[in-house]
Amino acid sequence: MTTDHRAGIDRRRFLTRAGAGAATAFIAGPSLRTALADSDVPLTPGTPGGLASVARLEALPGKKPLIKLSYRPPNYETPLQYFNDVLTPNDAFFVRYHLANIPEVSAAEWRLKIAGDAVERPAEYDLAALKSSFEQVELVAVCQCSGNRRGLSVPHVQGVEWGYGAMGNARWRGVRLKDVLAKSGVKKEALEVWLNGAETPIVDTTPDFVKSIPVWKALDENTIIAFEMNGQPLPHYNGFPARLIVAGWTGTYWTKHITNVDVNTKALTNFWMAAAYRVPTGKFPLVDHFVSQENAASTPITEMVVNSLMTNVQDGQRIKSGRPMTVKGIAWDGGYGIQLVEVSTDSGKSWRPAELGQNLGRYSFRPWSYRFTPPRPGTHAVMAKATNRIGASQTFVLNFNPAGYHNNVVQLVNLVAA
Amino acid sequence: MKAYHFAVLAVLIVSPAAAQDEHVALKDGPGKDAVEVHCSVCHSLDYIPMNSKFLDRAKWDATIKKMSGPYGGGIAPEDAKQILNYLAANYAS
Repeated sequence: MTTDHRAGIDRRRFLTRAGAGAATAFIAGPSLRTALADSDVPLTPGTPGGLASVARLEALPGKKPLIKLSYRPPNYETPLQYFNDVLTPNDAFFVRYHLANIPEVSAAEWRLKIAGDAVERPAEYDLAALKSSFEQVELVAVCQCSGNRRGLSVPHVQGVEWGYGAMGNARWRGVRLKDVLAKSGVKKEALEVWLNGAETPIVDTTPDFVKSIPVWKALDENTIIAFEMNGQPLPHYNGFPARLIVAGWTGTYWTKHITNVDVNTKALTNFWMAAAYRVPTGKFPLVDHFVSQENAASTPITEMVVNSLMTNVQDGQRIKSGRPMTVKGIAWDGGYGIQLVEVSTDSGKSWRPAELGQNLGRYSFRPWSYRFTPPRPGTHAVMAKATNRIGASQTFVLNFNPAGYHNNVVQLVNLVAA
Repeated sequence: MKAYHFAVLAVLIVSPAAAQDEHVALKDGPGKDAVEVHCSVCHSLDYIPMNSKFLDRAKWDATIKKMSGPYGGGIAPEDAKQILNYLAANYAS
């Protein structure tokens, strides 16, 4: 794995990334499942070799079996198959925590406090009051962990080694944060909105997971305090009874079990803002800047980069030569909306547009499909590439960064026709 | 260490099922005890094989320092050295 290189997308690179075991399996021709002979867990090809020894398909209470990466704090990723549906089922939605003391929050006892030195009138709401005091809205939006696909980083970087599945798409129902803040009165000096949830560290010397967003993002009509997900209360492991939806931005800001919203005149300077969840300044073509947290070297991660995923095919899968098939997938971005998905079946030499499916809004997964008839026996290298409405597209070479964020390298899946 | 013991106890009381179910078998070797005692206070031990084998000794050292410092683990230098030697011998590139 350490001999990996960045020579662009080709078959050799995929084999190198997948490791020697997978390479042997590929040459022998069997499926991905065989390539992972030491494990029945559907790991993403290219993740670290050591992951296979600890990853398990296991169900948390209220969840279907997901790919367990770590027990405590619980980090469970969604298997690929669930992304064939545009909305990710609640019981298959990925789970991600930093801190391991995760209380079972009671809906009756839960309170949301609005405070900080930049609000005129601090307030406190119970769940019923929150639901009845403000207009309820619905929004379909992708929640994607900043570190989704970290496990595919070349070279590998330390952290939770996510494959494709640290993300999900849901129809969220809640109230706009801007409405809640308006009722408390936001002073003109307000700079950031600090967010805290109910989970706490094991030892009190670990920094509590408090995050902040700029006031302008907090006042965006698509930033929502959600209490429903796909028509049901939030699952415990996805933030019951309420979490923040910061549409377009990565999951780090989507505070689960949210209890405190503090509007402040100062920038939050804790570990989770000053040291974690940052990318090198200028490294990514991002539109949204979190100016109060930016410096010359690094800047907070903000909106998701445009990306896509093939959902019904896997590397090494056998297909029939001459028989039409449909490659299915999804595409998403930071909220500009998907303009185009192109598919290549010849290692990127030529590209044709895929057919875009149901449009559930610009923050949603956009399903797509592509009809393909393998013209001859042998390996067909299938690739998919999405472009959004501001013209941003995926990269062919990893835009490496130390935390393994924003991996939107064009995916390549070898289909073996016989 | 006093704080650690209290924390471990608290975890057992709060979620006995999780504590029982999270068994992760690490490789045997000198320093394994130190790893199990210190690292498992805050997280299950699957984090270690998951992050292998691609970190060299220097990167494991940096990881231990991060866990001890910014993450608040407060690992004593002699314990950190045992942990590093174990990780370098068993889970380094």
